[in-house]
Amino acid sequence: MKILAIESSCDETSVAIVEDGKKVLSNVVFTQIDIHTKFGGVVPEIASRHHIEKITYVIEEALNEAKITIDEIDKIAVTAFPGLVGSLMVGINAAKTIGLCYNKEVIMVDHIHGHIYANYLESDFKFPVLALVVSGGHTELVLMKDHMNFEVIGETLDDAVGESYDKVARVVKVGYPGGPIIDKMAALGEPTYALPHVKLGKDSYNFSFSGLKSAVINLCNKLEMKGEELNANNLAASFQDAVLDVLCEKTIRATKEFGAKQIIVAGGVAANKGLRKILQEAVDELDDVILTFPSFKYCTDNAAMIGVAAYFQDKVVK
Amino acid sequence: MDKLNLIIKTEDQMIHLGELIGSICYPKIVFAMNGNLGAGKTTLTKGLGKALGIKRTINSPTFTIMKVYEGTMPLYHLDVYRIENSDSDFELEEYFDLDGVSVVEWADNISDLLPNNTIYLHFTINEVGNRLVEITSTDKEFMEKLESIVGEYLC
Ligand SMILES: Nc1ncnc2c1ncn2[C@@H]1O[C@H](COP(=O)(O)OP(=O)(O)OP(=O)(O)O)[C@@H](O)[C@H]1O
Ligand SMILES: [Mg+2]
Repeated sequence: MKILAIESSCDETSVAIVEDGKKVLSNVVFTQIDIHTKFGGVVPEIASRHHIEKITYVIEEALNEAKITIDEIDKIAVTAFPGLVGSLMVGINAAKTIGLCYNKEVIMVDHIHGHIYANYLESDFKFPVLALVVSGGHTELVLMKDHMNFEVIGETLDDAVGESYDKVARVVKVGYPGGPIIDKMAALGEPTYALPHVKLGKDSYNFSFSGLKSAVINLCNKLEMKGEELNANNLAASFQDAVLDVLCEKTIRATKEFGAKQIIVAGGVAANKGLRKILQEAVDELDDVILTFPSFKYCTDNAAMIGVAAYFQDKVVK
Repeated sequence: MDKLNLIIKTEDQMIHLGELIGSICYPKIVFAMNGNLGAGKTTLTKGLGKALGIKRTINSPTFTIMKVYEGTMPLYHLDVYRIENSDSDFELEEYFDLDGVSVVEWADNISDLLPNNTIYLHFTINEVGNRLVEITSTDKEFMEKLESIVGEYLC
């Protein structure tokens, strides 16, 4: 089955053609990040305006690259939620129009399911699967006993991980997007600053990152008042250490408690090199658990992952 | 313009202040919150949600711009941190007309879209980490009610 998938929930306009949930025939991503960089974040009106301009072009490009025509497509998939309403609508309207014109079913996909299923392109799932979903808007631990079966066992009580990277990058004035910048700086520094590793009690799978944000702000203010120089790389390393320690500890504890056979990491922060390293080291200590990350091009928003999730959604419903 | 100055010393007090504010909310009320990163805007919203009987976790809407929660009245939790200059074509102001409570973090970024009787909350962090919350509004009735219940936090 060939699915044409559309993703326009936030920064990216992307269209992919995916066969049987596994083979990516094309995955065209039209990044809007250059436009946003100068604003230090996503600007919704601009986001949706550009999606409208780009979407027809991106759909054609995806078909060209896959060397097929729209008639050979079996179903259409689109990100339905969550996301910026204006941006989402551009994708949904495009999908519905194509569906109506060419008489094809439209599958509405949850963006988070897409991020999780990006991992299926790397490896089949060995259930139970534990997914660590880490992005700009989400921080969740999701237990999957089977395909399309999602149980959220923990979530952030305040800021999401990616959000906290962006905000700390803004406080330290090192630019946007904060994730990759801080990851790079952290590799050059040492965790010399004491920052809170917030675990919320030994049984909790929830996360809290707003206290860490406040601690970084306090630290910067204090140093400034004392006229002391901030070592930005060391601060990045200390911050990253606090975040990754918490993510890793909870993921590993949940893996043991629920007997997960596979850990998958999903969402934009899955591209973080420090996270990949610390989790791999922790998983190496466990017996019989595999760890997968999406390849870098499928960590950030893309339509291929939506095509994979749609394939399983369609299969499970039947 | 009526004005109240409050001092909030802990996170729990901030949640409590949110609960007090939530207890006197009415449909279509709009709260515009401004103040630095980490000043307590989301924390206060958690308390407000509690007063509206919302059970779900209220977390930061910075990335998604808007989250809706069902309570005794719907809560529209907006965060326009990432919107730096508002062309009004995103239609955020539509939420202000719905029969719920709207809370907008970083509201200065869309100040031109806010209705007349908006309740403004300005947060600052002082040298010792206490939060100063300055509340202003032309809604006299609301401000009087509020003054009568937040006595413990007045400064
Ligand atoms: N007196 C206080 N009132 C509120 N929060 C406090 C107080 N003292 C410390 N804090 C801490 O400050 C942080 C406030 O974070 P919160 O996310 O609510 O701020 P915010 O204003 O929403 O930030 P942002 O601009 O990132 O949206 C929390 O970690 C909280 O524990
Ligand atoms: Mg906030």
